[in-house]
Amino acid sequence: MTAAEALAQAGDCAIPDIKRERGQRQVFCGLAGIVWLHRKIQDAFFLIVGSRTCAHLMQSAAGVMIFAEPRFATAILQERDLAGLADCNQELDRVAADVLERRPDIKTLFLVGSCPSEVIKLDLAKAAERLSEVYRGRVRVLDYSASGLETTFTQGEDACLKSLVPQMPQLAAGERSLLVVGTLPDVVEDQFARIFKDLGIGPVHFLPPRHASEFPPVGSGTSVLLAQPFVGDTLRALVERGATLLKAPYPFGIEGTLAWLRAAADAWGISSATLEAVTAPAIARAQLGLARQRELLVGKRVSFLPDSQLEIPIARFLQRECGMELVEVATPFLDRQLMESELSLLPRGLRLTEGQDVERQLDRVREDRPDITVCGLGLANPLEAEGLRTKWSIELVFTPVHGFDQAADLAELFARPLVRGALLKV
Amino acid sequence: MQLTLWSYEGPPHIGAMRIAVSMEGVHLVLHAPQGDTYADLLFTMIERRGQRPPVSYTTFQARELGSDTADLVKTTIQETYDRFKPRVIMIGESCTAELIQDQPGALAQGMGLPAPVLSLELPAYTRKENWGANETFYQLVRGLLKGKVPAPGSERDLRASSGRPSANLLGPSALGFRCRDDVVEVTRLLDSIGVDVNVVAPLGASPEDVLRIPEADINVCLYPEVADQACNWLERMFGQPCIKTVPIGIGATHDFIQEVASTLQLDVAATTDPISSRMPWYSRSVDSTYLTGKRVFIFADATHAVAAARIAAEELGFTVVGIGTYAREFARDVREAAKRYGVEPLITDDYLEVEAKVAELHPELVLGTQMERHIAKRLGVPCAVISAPVHIQDFPSRYAPQMGFEGANVIFDTWVHPLMMGLEEHLITMFREDFEFHDAATPSHLGSSATPGRQQETRSDPTEGSDRTDETVMAWASDAEQELKKIPFFVRGKARRNTERFAEERGIQTITVETLYDAKAHFGR
Repeated sequence: MTAAEALAQAGDCAIPDIKRERGQRQVFCGLAGIVWLHRKIQDAFFLIVGSRTCAHLMQSAAGVMIFAEPRFATAILQERDLAGLADCNQELDRVAADVLERRPDIKTLFLVGSCPSEVIKLDLAKAAERLSEVYRGRVRVLDYSASGLETTFTQGEDACLKSLVPQMPQLAAGERSLLVVGTLPDVVEDQFARIFKDLGIGPVHFLPPRHASEFPPVGSGTSVLLAQPFVGDTLRALVERGATLLKAPYPFGIEGTLAWLRAAADAWGISSATLEAVTAPAIARAQLGLARQRELLVGKRVSFLPDSQLEIPIARFLQRECGMELVEVATPFLDRQLMESELSLLPRGLRLTEGQDVERQLDRVREDRPDITVCGLGLANPLEAEGLRTKWSIELVFTPVHGFDQAADLAELFARPLVRGALLKV
Repeated sequence: MQLTLWSYEGPPHIGAMRIAVSMEGVHLVLHAPQGDTYADLLFTMIERRGQRPPVSYTTFQARELGSDTADLVKTTIQETYDRFKPRVIMIGESCTAELIQDQPGALAQGMGLPAPVLSLELPAYTRKENWGANETFYQLVRGLLKGKVPAPGSERDLRASSGRPSANLLGPSALGFRCRDDVVEVTRLLDSIGVDVNVVAPLGASPEDVLRIPEADINVCLYPEVADQACNWLERMFGQPCIKTVPIGIGATHDFIQEVASTLQLDVAATTDPISSRMPWYSRSVDSTYLTGKRVFIFADATHAVAAARIAAEELGFTVVGIGTYAREFARDVREAAKRYGVEPLITDDYLEVEAKVAELHPELVLGTQMERHIAKRLGVPCAVISAPVHIQDFPSRYAPQMGFEGANVIFDTWVHPLMMGLEEHLITMFREDFEFHDAATPSHLGSSATPGRQQETRSDPTEGSDRTDETVMAWASDAEQELKKIPFFVRGKARRNTERFAEERGIQTITVETLYDAKAHFGR
């Protein structure tokens, strides 16, 4: 019996119906992933091949930080490129040379596809191959698409990580390793590494690595734990290389983190007693911190608008560990394979939506009037002005929220708007 | 392809959005892929608006490209109309939709909607944001007013109404730099000389307000980047004179008042008092003496660049060592200004060119956009923002105009703040080995964080050879190198360059301490 099944027996395990909605979508495209990926992978450069719109998106999202030397840029398509007057491949070679001359410290160059480059069918894979030859031994050139046509927000990270998979060395036969997939803040990564070490699980590798030159190995001895729910394509690419997925819910809150660790412990044949002994101090701390936040959150009603695919696991945490009531949980895309363990933990009769028709969804929010609406920054201030409290969802991607020691911080993110609403007298 | 680290303007459909967001009762439908809704954040976050932009997107995805995206356009337009009932509906495309050519404007016009439909042509691969705003505003004004154009040859009275003359303020828009407070300041300024404001547009205007534009005696073109086409058309069609002076800076504000007065035949001799700005006295007071001759580089939209150069040279006593703009449409104004200050104009939208120019000129202050802040950080130069593109901190809560007399006060404080204060500058020049106050430290009134910057004196050129065409690297004797370090950091780069040029002209192989001082005497600073 897997950990998830054991948990599910304790809960109410009818999987909710999923309502699919199509219409206008108020979401980011995958390019937004570059905002955190370029901080995580320190020797990589992201070159978007796209239009002025793509460049504008990036600087609107990241430009509030003043960069002495940013590690992303856009090769903006000009009229000449579209009219076929300029050879796009030659142009790309020239721009890549410019970038690498400016940044000799870069070890990996990502060519990132966009809507315009997809529509004109620019073959970035071929270009990456060619440029890898040119810069062999100095720079690795990879490609992935993060266009809005293909990807929603965090799926950009999935596409990026998937492009790393073929670069990973082969794990020697007879060896085993644990691979944790999905960007984690450095502090959380270190916490998990310590716990795995205490459990006697190892070697442990993380994808993405902090330096794109340090690729973890993969092979039939690789067990994969997903730290993020949006890395389905990466997982399938790893499975093709022989890796096995350890089924587990995602490491949010005490329950999720413990079940997630248990999946690895079971795979390594580590006893429940050992797992309990190793995790007990962290769990006790987490319970203490969580109790304070729970007081503020219990009984409060929350709706999630689709954004990052983190909605389901976080809703599960808020409902089961913080006592919140779920009004609607919407996610941009629902990967059943990756969500299996989570879905069984959701309450029966939950309104669960995949996709979006933003105007109708907002009608529902106005009708429901939840205590907190989790939504993107395009909607947050307008809803606040209508007297609804909001939690902007992007912060869930930019804050350490995984693991025991961040469980209270995660709850606090949702308590904060309520506390603030009560504090302000003007 | 153009390698772009930072872009000075968004695509033209952002300009169209700025017009729609500025106005009431106008809705824009954009044919755009999923993800282009990021643009809503410019208004809800950067400008902190409490309403969603009146913009609907088709948000097509890959799976729809196989089917009929044109149907999607029609559905979106119909649903948008039914839900929002706008009094004017505008239709446009983003860069990706332009490639798939669904002709959304034509589709909309064939739908028989009960509101005026304005189809926008926004060439995303050749034009940019300000052009898009300018074109959209012009099309909107023309579309709504073309039925009211008087017959050719009909005389226009100078003063349509008895009583106080009135003016339209044209050009202020959403996401415009300090437009909110500039409108207040200019309205006050006009009121002080007995002129009323008839319509402000696009900011805050409805389609009905646009119909009232011809009732004013004059148009004030506050932001040519957004309103010059509309103003020209109104002048041609309705005979409304256009005020072209932009009142940024003390001198320009006086010129503006004069221009309004002479156009309307008003006597303003007794009304305005220059003392209503503190800036002239602040600039004349002795603590400002050290500002004299500070070398400043200016890069912005054309309006703010030209205004800033005049303030810098005539009102603060700086030396303008470079001026440029990213707005090609208005390059002529900047070229003329550059002539006045005897510098080369820089007309480019390429951030890397601007960066190379700043590195070459070694200014002591950069006045620019959010993008110049990146450059200034890299090169360790003080910087103040004078123009869009800007970020959230430049949409402040406090009253912060750039125009008029209060605008001049704001500008004085903003521009002087990043510079090291006088006493500190003296002491750092005299005593060079203090562990706390030294070259590599930030001016102490800006907090204690030591910047890793201050690379001006090193040879870190942003692009190889871009600003060092002469690749003859001068040899510096070690004692000369030491002596160079005794020159304050903000002029050290300039001193190094002058010395090397001086040595080269005289065929000196190795620069000594003597050479350094000979060069100093030769160049005079």
